[in-house]
Amino acid sequence: MELFVQSVISGVLLGGLYAAIGVGLSLVFGIMGLTNIAHGSLMILASFFVMILSQGIMGSVIPALLATLVIMAIIGAVMQGALINRVLDKGAEPALLVTFGFAIIIQNVLQLIFGADYKSIKNPLASVNVIDTKWAIVSGEYLVNFLVSVAVLLALHFLIRRTKLGRSIRAAASNVIAAELMGVNTKRTYIYAMCIALITGSVGGMLVGRTFGFYSYSGMSYLIIAFGVVVIGGMGSILGTLLGGVILGVSQLLGAYFFGPGVQVLVGYLTLLVILTLRPRGLLSNMTRK
Amino acid sequence: MDEGVLMTVENLNAGYGDFRALYDISMRFPKGLIVSIIGSNGAGKTTLLNAIMGVNKPVSGKVTFEGEDITGVRTSSIVAKGVTMSPEGSHVFEDMSVHENLLMGAYLTRSKEKLGRMLERSYELFPALKEKSGQLADFLSGGQRQMLAIARALMSDPKLLICDELSLGLAPVVVNDIYNRILDVNGDGVTVILVEQEVQRSLSFSDYSYVLVKGRVVMEGVANELSEKEVKDAYFGINKYA
Repeated sequence: MELFVQSVISGVLLGGLYAAIGVGLSLVFGIMGLTNIAHGSLMILASFFVMILSQGIMGSVIPALLATLVIMAIIGAVMQGALINRVLDKGAEPALLVTFGFAIIIQNVLQLIFGADYKSIKNPLASVNVIDTKWAIVSGEYLVNFLVSVAVLLALHFLIRRTKLGRSIRAAASNVIAAELMGVNTKRTYIYAMCIALITGSVGGMLVGRTFGFYSYSGMSYLIIAFGVVVIGGMGSILGTLLGGVILGVSQLLGAYFFGPGVQVLVGYLTLLVILTLRPRGLLSNMTRK
Repeated sequence: MDEGVLMTVENLNAGYGDFRALYDISMRFPKGLIVSIIGSNGAGKTTLLNAIMGVNKPVSGKVTFEGEDITGVRTSSIVAKGVTMSPEGSHVFEDMSVHENLLMGAYLTRSKEKLGRMLERSYELFPALKEKSGQLADFLSGGQRQMLAIARALMSDPKLLICDELSLGLAPVVVNDIYNRILDVNGDGVTVILVEQEVQRSLSFSDYSYVLVKGRVVMEGVANELSEKEVKDAYFGINKYA
């Protein structure tokens, strides 16, 4: 029983992190109908930046993360402005292929520079337990992952729902022609959206880098997690993303509890399959594209 | 530049791929007037508006606004110059509240004070919207959507308002009400282009009219001097227009 409670708690905490990983993918799809295949690889690229900068000139993780967010926002702006925006009018496939190409380039460049070894970002919290009772142990690391992720989701929710930029993003998502008629340059809005998505992904990359470690090809496995989260929660919904993350996290760890750690990923995706069968659009999907 | 003319369309040819939709269209929209463009389905009205608003690039010809060539300029930039459109089928943002839709209309307005004034004017013009201000636009009736689309377009404080098929799918009483509001707006100094299928109402609510048939201007004139019968003949391509 203790282990069951522990699994649920760890699953929820892990799910928060999953949501931070997935929300950028959800945002980009909700706004421009683009499945960003490079989402995971860009996330891992951010992990590498945080690692290098925190070891080198920056000295610690926080300033390294801030610098990384700026770098990733610039990368997002260039990728969207110079490449994806040019092909977005030509249907779904060309833009998809651009992001696929981006993913391959990032993976190979990272492998060229850093090799195929596992890396990690130094983490002083790794062995600190903030809660340590008979029922459950909560490590400081997982708790920080969860809280930071939820903070990212809340900030994003506020940005999308309560600011003028957010309103223009929602307008572009729901009706491109009408948004342009309001004076919104939708192509520029897409650039902002991609920057925001990569910023959330980079925070996810930093957390993942501290907790699990990463190597040049880790991006694809996180892309799959992001897909799972977004498909369960519903594309374009921030609350849905959090729900999707928690469901995926809890079902994985309960799968491990009932059937052993070897099948936890399988159980996670079986849950995905069941939800997809019952609710093909995901549990909460509000930013529907027309 | 001709003083007193706000927008011109000169020898415009447009189409999609190999398909030609507009042939050599020339039109003038004088400041302060209501000009109607009348045509049936497939006459090329939407293609013309798309070319004017920069949605599609014309094959040849040009569009000017206040003497400046705006052909092929990005829609959002044309809006910034003072042209606004209430699109066919209203295209309100359904997942936003009425209030948020209006705020979107004033997207390019930076002054808070002006924004407040424009909001007040919108609700004055269409009191029905004020009651629904907090509701999602998705829950509005067809007439209210059309009102919202017009109010939203006016939020940018435009010099020129283009209305595409205001009357589509609405009850005559509602349409008359909306048309009277357009007259009010015009009274405040906004130049209006009405694009319509309906001959009679278009003639009675406008100062000058163009009749568009199969991509060509077949008739134009001061609205109350055009005979409704002649316009209808042209519209349906019968009698001497066959």
